[in-house]
Amino acid sequence: MSVLSEAVFAYRLRWKRRRLLFRAFRKRRQLCLIVDRTPQISAQDVLLFSTVRNEALRLPFFLDHYRRLGVKHFLIVDNASDDGTVEFLKEQDDVSLWRTTKSYRLSRFGVDWVTWLQIRFGHGHWCLSVDADEILIYPHHQTRSLPALTNWLEQHGHESFGALMLDMYPKGPVGDTTYNPGENPFDTLSWFDGGNYVMQKKSDLQNLWIQGGVRARLFFRDRPKRAPTLGKIPLVKWNRRYAYVSSTHSLLPRRLNHVYDADGGERTSGILLHSKFLNSVVMRSSEEKQRAEHFANSKLYDDYYDALSQNPTLWCEASSELTGWRQLEAMGLMSKGNWV
Amino acid sequence: MSVGIIMLVHTAFDRAEQVARHWSAAGCPIIVHVDKNVLSGPYNEFVQALSDLPNVRFSKRHRCEWGTWGLVAATQSASRMMLDEFAHVRHVYLASGSCLPLRPVQELIDYLAERPQTDFIESATTSDVPWTIGGFDKERFTLSFPFSWRKNRFMFDKYVSVQRLVRYRRRIPNGIVPHMGSQWWCLTRQTLSAILDDPDRSVYDRYFSKVWIPDESYFQTLSRLYSRQIESRSLTLSKFDYQGKPHIFYDDHLQLLRRSDCFVARKIWPFANRLYDAFLMDPAGAMKRTEPNPGKIDRIFAKAVERRTRGRRGLFMQSRFPVEGRENGLTCAQYSVFQGFSDLFENFEPWLAKVTGTRVHGHLFAPERAEFSDGQTVMNGALSGSATLRDYNPRAFLSSLIWNTRGERQCFQMGPRDEIKDIEWDIAKDPNAQISVISGAWAVALFKSNKNFSDIRQEAARLQQTESKHLDVLRSPWAKARVRIWTMAEFIEAPMEPLQTIIDEIGKQTQFGLAEVPKMSDLTGFGQFLQNLKNQGMHPYLMGDFPVEHRLHEPNQDKPKPYLVR
Repeated sequence: MSVLSEAVFAYRLRWKRRRLLFRAFRKRRQLCLIVDRTPQISAQDVLLFSTVRNEALRLPFFLDHYRRLGVKHFLIVDNASDDGTVEFLKEQDDVSLWRTTKSYRLSRFGVDWVTWLQIRFGHGHWCLSVDADEILIYPHHQTRSLPALTNWLEQHGHESFGALMLDMYPKGPVGDTTYNPGENPFDTLSWFDGGNYVMQKKSDLQNLWIQGGVRARLFFRDRPKRAPTLGKIPLVKWNRRYAYVSSTHSLLPRRLNHVYDADGGERTSGILLHSKFLNSVVMRSSEEKQRAEHFANSKLYDDYYDALSQNPTLWCEASSELTGWRQLEAMGLMSKGNWV
Repeated sequence: MSVGIIMLVHTAFDRAEQVARHWSAAGCPIIVHVDKNVLSGPYNEFVQALSDLPNVRFSKRHRCEWGTWGLVAATQSASRMMLDEFAHVRHVYLASGSCLPLRPVQELIDYLAERPQTDFIESATTSDVPWTIGGFDKERFTLSFPFSWRKNRFMFDKYVSVQRLVRYRRRIPNGIVPHMGSQWWCLTRQTLSAILDDPDRSVYDRYFSKVWIPDESYFQTLSRLYSRQIESRSLTLSKFDYQGKPHIFYDDHLQLLRRSDCFVARKIWPFANRLYDAFLMDPAGAMKRTEPNPGKIDRIFAKAVERRTRGRRGLFMQSRFPVEGRENGLTCAQYSVFQGFSDLFENFEPWLAKVTGTRVHGHLFAPERAEFSDGQTVMNGALSGSATLRDYNPRAFLSSLIWNTRGERQCFQMGPRDEIKDIEWDIAKDPNAQISVISGAWAVALFKSNKNFSDIRQEAARLQQTESKHLDVLRSPWAKARVRIWTMAEFIEAPMEPLQTIIDEIGKQTQFGLAEVPKMSDLTGFGQFLQNLKNQGMHPYLMGDFPVEHRLHEPNQDKPKPYLVR
């Protein structure tokens, strides 16, 4: 019986995936092409997909970082920026840019748009799907490029790679720091919560639901269930039939969510350093609260935005200071697995 | 006399060319075999690129797929060509396009010239070594494997199980003893030509072409027939992980490779510029080797396999989330749980911290908050003391706490007032837990409280029920923790002995016994208090036999025995 119900459920998920793909197909007309450099893409390239809005501050470092890791082409959707993001991206030689003014939330937080681009350009490539405030690092990232990682993953039969989103924050009030475009944001946002993460396996999509970190500690301590999800699967050997389900936390088909070992061993995994808490977050929080574009039930997160707009201090005595990937590996936040 | 190199190449031709030039510059003739799957365009370019080298030849191309006969056939063709075309070659070294010479080629030539009769080929019988992965050790020689494991896994598996079902066994020709080992060898002309010119070669070829992974057994087996002297090791450093996939060397392995005592390493990531520069471009750099320490390389790779398959004990993270039963322990280190001690002794926590030097917390699972040591609200790893966060996932809370404080033993208090329902089983089943219980000691707090007696009575009933259930858990056959339970009466009779035992187990050796003892609460009237509870119809039994009149630390032999609850 359970075999049968499992089969029925798998079939339902198949239709869910088709629905998501169709949704992306319908939303394709919302995207207006600004610069198309996609003919530059060659077969082995690692591609990066992202939806951005007013990220002129973060993008210089973001692009530099991923170029260093070996990303060959950036496919970016701009969601109605008015701070020069579009102008900046247009000038980059390895960026193809689309623009839309439609709702971020109704596009499942940009996923529909990106899914359409992935259908068109991602097939057969290793694709990174990250936001402008997410900086991927992984074991040996300074000496081994993303192609080295993806080649190794492929050799071991893995199609996807998991990363924990690590909220980085400064010592002292969040708004009191300064940041200039191009600087490494983690020079000031060098602190993080080292060991307060909770996880459970989701029975439907079989991904790990990871919560915790500084936001759970400070803003969601009375309703931990609402705390942001931190487990992500940003790097996938893409097929045009794949689809992200909610942000980049989970995908269909389900096997792509198995980025963890359930038998006691450790799989190789990475960290998404989250540069959300730059000083600009204080200003932007009240704006985001008005826009209500970031959560499905935005009303529930009003307190969170209120707290953020009051320039809070996220740092505490027990915070850890980032020294490098080896530290994160030793602390057990990510793992080398057998990639030594 | 010289050494000839056979290179099996299927990708990264620029690197293969670079390595070929390196070998060639040292005077080694080279036979290159290019996989037939490579398109003619890149193949011709590659041939063209090497055309200026006089001592490079290209052998007949075979289709090479991992685990199939093609690799052996390719090696045979290339070997034949090497022996025929370069008559002065004494040793033939089998390498691949992703191999990198670690030591100057002249050192290899000299080394082999000193050992003119020695074949370097790793060769062991299946019963001697536990190398094989995936269950085929003997069977790889006695079953037939006509289907590709990579391309046709289904038929591969089915065909194996059918053969097992009908107990099919292949005959091993001429009574040869199958050996296996690393596919990267260095054989002498005598041995290699004897293998290639064997009158029974067609028999062996037919047999080995259906063996599983013949490139690890063909030459390894047949060289045993002809070699005068086999040194069963490979001159090529090649590491395999637990799935039998080769480890890849990257730029950051430079120092490690310098410590190798091998002549060649594989496989090298084609974009590892630093490695190629260091070992090929700069002969002085290649000489600058540190003291060989191959053991270190072995250790690092053995540890990697251990981490991949067993993981770090007590760590739950994004890429290690074992299903129940596979955790290999909920926690990473030993810890102590005390139940009733802080009720019975007034200064138990500071005393314990002082005597043992461990971190002593209050009630971690108290309903209001996690009472971390020294009144902290946030612990190591920014673990919050908030009760809601803790109760959201108490298991994760406990394993995080122990993980975050690695290297420092943790002790904490527990009791029936705490939120223990969701965590008691986890602690009881954890072999790292040392649990000491004074049952019934919770009543001391009630005894001292300033509450209405009816409330006390109600509370006592609730606590007794909770603790009784908890004791059942601790006594269950599934409990793996080291559990000690005393009734309060028992404990008070001789408190020093159990305390000493517990302290000793924590590992702090106190040579002269305990210099300082914790101060016990004044229990004058406690017996009467229990009697009152009884009189109200609530029978407190977890404390054991408590006399109605009891003076602290005083044997009560001349007093009448009180009424026994059980």
